[in-house]
Amino acid sequence: MRHTISVLVENKFGVLSRISGLFSGRGYNIESLSVGETIDPQISTMTIVTTGDDQIIEQITKQLNKLIDVIKVTDMTELEHVEREMVLVKIAPRQEDKPEVLNIAEIFRGRIVDSSQKTYTIEITGDEKKIEAFIELMKPMGIKEFVRTGKVAISREGVRKK
Amino acid sequence: MKMTGSEIIIESLRREGVKHIFGYPGGVVLNIFDALYDTKDVQLILTRHEQGAIHAADGYARATGKAGVALVTSGPGATNTVTGIATACMDSIPLVVLSGQVPTMLIGNDAFQEADIVGITRPCTKYNYLVKDVNELSKIIREAFHIATTGRPGPVLIDLPKDVTTAKTEFHWPHIDVRSYKPTYEGNKYMITQSAHLIAKAKKPVIIAGGGVISSGAAKELHEFAELTRIPVAMTLMGLGGFPGTHDLSLGMLGMHGTYYANRTVQDSDLLIAIGMRFDDRVTGKIDAFAPHAKIIHIDIDPTSIRKNVRVDIPIVGDVRRVLTVLNKILKEEIQEQWEEVRKAWLKQVEAWKAERPMTYTWSDEVIKPQFVVEKIYELTKGDAIIATEVGQNQMWAAQFYKYDKPRTWLSSGGLGTMGYGFPAAIGAQLAHPGKLVIDIAGDGSIQMNIQELATAIVNKLPVKVAILNNRYLGMVRQWQELFFNERYSYSHLDVTPDFVEVARAYGALGLRATKPSEVEPVLKEAFRVKKPVFMDFVIDWKEKVFPMVPAGAPIDHMLFEETEKKGEKKLKAVK
Ligand SMILES: Cc1ncc(C[n+]2csc(CCOP(=O)(O)OP(=O)(O)O)c2C)c(N)n1
Repeated sequence: MRHTISVLVENKFGVLSRISGLFSGRGYNIESLSVGETIDPQISTMTIVTTGDDQIIEQITKQLNKLIDVIKVTDMTELEHVEREMVLVKIAPRQEDKPEVLNIAEIFRGRIVDSSQKTYTIEITGDEKKIEAFIELMKPMGIKEFVRTGKVAISREGVRKK
Repeated sequence: MKMTGSEIIIESLRREGVKHIFGYPGGVVLNIFDALYDTKDVQLILTRHEQGAIHAADGYARATGKAGVALVTSGPGATNTVTGIATACMDSIPLVVLSGQVPTMLIGNDAFQEADIVGITRPCTKYNYLVKDVNELSKIIREAFHIATTGRPGPVLIDLPKDVTTAKTEFHWPHIDVRSYKPTYEGNKYMITQSAHLIAKAKKPVIIAGGGVISSGAAKELHEFAELTRIPVAMTLMGLGGFPGTHDLSLGMLGMHGTYYANRTVQDSDLLIAIGMRFDDRVTGKIDAFAPHAKIIHIDIDPTSIRKNVRVDIPIVGDVRRVLTVLNKILKEEIQEQWEEVRKAWLKQVEAWKAERPMTYTWSDEVIKPQFVVEKIYELTKGDAIIATEVGQNQMWAAQFYKYDKPRTWLSSGGLGTMGYGFPAAIGAQLAHPGKLVIDIAGDGSIQMNIQELATAIVNKLPVKVAILNNRYLGMVRQWQELFFNERYSYSHLDVTPDFVEVARAYGALGLRATKPSEVEPVLKEAFRVKKPVFMDFVIDWKEKVFPMVPAGAPIDHMLFEETEKKGEKKLKAVK
């Protein structure tokens, strides 16, 4: 099963490679990983999306906890939480498809962040389903490339999943 | 007063109570070496190879329980320690490794003798540091000792750029608090109480004691627990010495080359109490067939060890000694049980297994059997010695035929299985215990991996004894080739082995040789009598194999014995 794991780490050099080394060294896979500072600049949050059965996920969270630079590990999948991801999609639509592209972008609450004679770059934020749906719709329109940030996740206050 | 980085390193080591470090100099650590020149209370033991230094520090740590310290130069000096660091990491041995590094400005430039040792050792250290600022140096050293020696111990490396060792600052010795590192020491009381009830209900319980018993100093508590509840104790390779090998409840070692009765008892048990061990594949054999009827209580300080390989009914994360102390108390105060009575039938069964297949070998009048040498060592020392081993058959015979009654008297590379470990480890142990008899039980292959350390032993007057079980083969490899590769001895014959007696002499040590069984005892006696390093070359039966043996991947009660093997039954038969 797919898990989104949020890891609070000391904001030091080498931490990322300790974490990625843990996954590669034990054959666990990382689907996405995003890192950023928290309110305390000495601490970063990493959001890691990974898959595995219960035993593997238990090992992953324990192994993460064991790393000296890791302060806290939360398996978001066990909590009510909000997840978001951003994608930048560069599209080179045919002339006749341009209105449709803009239309879909609008429906997805996308923003045009760059445009040229031939291309639009559209920014979409949302959960994974939304991002994927958007990419699917854009595929026939001529996607040149897209870049995803990977997921970030935050727990919802005061609610526990049953 | 301002101090240089090098002086700070030495002052910090002093404050950590370090008396000995093992090392080897080179360009970027010359400033540290220079500072050591005038230091009286911290002594450096110059080895002849950095691998020797790191294993010696490891042996020192295993024999004392304190962190072993090594100091090496950058690049090749640092990379030469990697095998030893990995060895210590696998066996949870506390080490602090100080490696030199090129000046901060040059890092990343492929400078002369630059190696990214922090990157290289990341997966085989408990933690590592690159010091970027001399003001952080003392704090980092203090943290390193704390991390290395607490929780599940392990090696910590500190990489020291040359400019950091020369920069000056005020010395301070700060209080440390690593907020992200808080090992759990106290076991969950509820879980411990549950365990006590499970123990009271069990009909066929067995204890498996691992290296955690030794690192947490829990031998006394384990002894009390086993005697109180009358539960037999099997030990992993790392656990030897954690419970007296001479005790009537001892089953000796379990696993691939474990005793018949240890493996039988574990497989038949209905409750397995795993203490400070991690269910290595050499212990469990085929994992699905391991202790099939047993409930499992697992006590370990490392939560990742629990449920990594086997299902567990009661997990207890905590320091083994503290958990056992609480458990013993609950058993005594809350559980009234006539343990003697309750265990009678089970212990009778265990005794029957012991009688059925004791640890034996076939005696010969002509040729020396390696097991006989180990037995003789035990007999002559009365078990009062520190035994180090190399890796291979020698290690297994040393585990099987010598009885370890006390913790920290058995030094062996369990997890990594590092040939070349034993001799330098013995040197480290001898330095820590000058009055003790320290013996490395070796193979003729392994001893050649760090034979140069004989010079270290000579120079430092460390009278280590090396008993080479010389079979002219990489014996354990040859054994597998005989059993599983149709006797195709591909590159396992050593063709030319040096004359170990002459080698010893060349270094200024004593060399002795025994070629007949009758010579074994006189050679050992002479070696133990003289006050200097000795190589004993025991020319043994090259055909001798380690039994019992569980083929890799088979259940641990599918054991091959000498006699089934002799009957030409090359196919490994199940006992049951
Ligand atoms: C550094 C290293 N290289 C290779 C091995 C694989 N290996 C395991 S046992 C063994 C043979 C050891 O031979 P020897 O030291 O003569 O001991 P014996 O088995 O004959 O007692 C080898 C090569 C190892 N354990 N360590």
